[in-house]
Amino acid sequence: MPVRILVAKPGLDGHDRGAKIVARALRDDGFEVIFTGIRQRVEAIVATAIQEDVAVVGLSILSGAHLALTARIIDGLAASGAADIAVVVGGTIPAADIPKLRAAGAAAVFPTGTPLDQVVAEVRALTSAVAAS
Amino acid sequence: MSDLDQTVPPTPATPTTPTTPSGIPVKPVYGPEDRPLDPPPPGQFPFTRGNYPNGYRGRLWTFRQYSGFGTPEESNRRYRYLLEQGGTGLSVALDLPTQCGYDSDDPEVTEEVGRVGVAIDTLRDAEILFDQIPLDKISTSFTINGTAAILLAFYIAAAERTGVKRQQLTGTIQNDILKEYASRGTWIWPPTPSLRLIADTIEFCAHQVPKFNAISVAGAHFRDAGANAIQEMAFTLADGVTYCDTVINRGRMTIEEFAPQISFFFYTHGDFFEEIAKYRAGRRRWATIVKQRYGATSDKAAMFRFGCVSGGASLYAPQAHNNIVRVAYEAMASALGGVQSMFTAAWDEPFALPSEESATLALRTQQILAYETGITRTADPLGGSYFVEALTDETEARIIEIMADLEAHGGMVRAIEDGYLQGLIADEAYQVHQATEQGTRPVVGVNRFTTQEPPPDLATYELDQDGRDRQLKRLAQVKAERDTSAVHATLSALKQAAEGTGNLMPPLIDCANAYCTVGEMVAALKGVWGEFQQPVVF
Repeated sequence: MPVRILVAKPGLDGHDRGAKIVARALRDDGFEVIFTGIRQRVEAIVATAIQEDVAVVGLSILSGAHLALTARIIDGLAASGAADIAVVVGGTIPAADIPKLRAAGAAAVFPTGTPLDQVVAEVRALTSAVAAS
Repeated sequence: MSDLDQTVPPTPATPTTPTTPSGIPVKPVYGPEDRPLDPPPPGQFPFTRGNYPNGYRGRLWTFRQYSGFGTPEESNRRYRYLLEQGGTGLSVALDLPTQCGYDSDDPEVTEEVGRVGVAIDTLRDAEILFDQIPLDKISTSFTINGTAAILLAFYIAAAERTGVKRQQLTGTIQNDILKEYASRGTWIWPPTPSLRLIADTIEFCAHQVPKFNAISVAGAHFRDAGANAIQEMAFTLADGVTYCDTVINRGRMTIEEFAPQISFFFYTHGDFFEEIAKYRAGRRRWATIVKQRYGATSDKAAMFRFGCVSGGASLYAPQAHNNIVRVAYEAMASALGGVQSMFTAAWDEPFALPSEESATLALRTQQILAYETGITRTADPLGGSYFVEALTDETEARIIEIMADLEAHGGMVRAIEDGYLQGLIADEAYQVHQATEQGTRPVVGVNRFTTQEPPPDLATYELDQDGRDRQLKRLAQVKAERDTSAVHATLSALKQAAEGTGNLMPPLIDCANAYCTVGEMVAALKGVWGEFQQPVVF
């Protein structure tokens, strides 16, 4: 059974080039990838993650609203009893915000420019850890 | 000398690939045999060598710097500064809620108010945005699509309140919804009613705002989403054909009446001759389409006029000052391609909202190009070059191929609805990303001549709480002060018009004058038209 991942774009920004590239790289590496498309409401992302029983939610945010949106999604998953779903975040994220995202519960943060291999390897490590536990 | 350390050996003198980024093979040398036909002189159909016989001698391209953020007051200050510095046109960036049809007080969008552009909720905001700017003399370009007709209504209403007539207004609304579905994402309604609204704006401008471009068909966003230069031009011309077909099929206007108000918009990236050939080939192809497909007879209708951005995805954060050089070369390619208006991006754009200093330097880049380099002395200085003409011919041949493929697929609306177009773009984006990471596509400072110095950190613009509060307060005040019965009456007239086939611009201007909000007008139309359902392709 391939591991399932949800690649999601919350908020209004329509830049999906990065999200699609990452989605394809993960698919090429053997994950089963679901992409939400752009402009998804937080509640819809949480519901899809649970319904599709994914191991990881990968958020792609380029609007600058990453802190608030990430926190809302992590809280939403926890409130629905799905705190075991790991949330990772990519996009235009200033270095100073990385510890803040980690503190909010993000399992990994991939600012623009992160090599694809690294994204895939870290997601792989995350899902292996989940599977082992 | 850490910045001269080379962690990768220098590239050999020959490029790693003998083809352009779009895949055209390039020979080591070109001669007369590569250029069977000389194009006619500049100013003559099909305008390969430019629209005007004297090139830039009659009129330079417009220096149009994209700018706008936060509240209307802040943006108004920046516009006035840019005009004082010699800018000759305004370019308005709007925030995402305005672009997607939400008001600033909608709880769904709180975090995005004023973030990537200025927030406009009602006519009041537009009045503040253009305060003390002479709209009869300055042209304004709006990067707005889903809500373009609404912003046009605001612009006309704001101008008329200062005594400027709609007939005097110059500028452009982007108003190109097809590329929003495929790459940029600020769609609202499904394609069919969206195309009708666009046809309405084209028709309305032709009759009442004759100096204003009702649409700027934009390939730029295909490019930024990953398309190569030739795809960018082909997809854009295919969109242009779709818009013209829509207007023509309504049977209310002839091509001669509206084609002169269509303009185009692209990204210029770093491959110098490919970009020049793209513009020369695109200009010739469009002129040919307008005359052959639609039977236009006037040159005015057939002319391909375009603006561009030099920068975008061709700029990188590592060794960011290198971007100054990239933008300068790209600007030169754009001018040699015959551009009508240009935005030169600031070097810090990949990681920050440009500072006043970097934005000024970007403007200076164009000014040096225009006034110091001498390239504006003669029209199409590259015309007749064996290589440039051969590359132009080959580029046009490939544009024709791609457009034929899209037409065979069932046209642009079909290709967007079933995700075919999005798939083509995603394929190209993935391939370029891989080639950059693997180093087969050289990028100085990224995969060649890299240094240990960390790239500059991202600085995202935060609208301060005060600014957001001011925006919300103003919206609340407008809602409290406006005549509620006029709001209801104009919105219901808008809805009624949408159910029929009449032109929607007059009811939208009535809504604007009644201080209806963007969100209210969008909701009224959603009630009739529904919403777009996006296909998901990666």
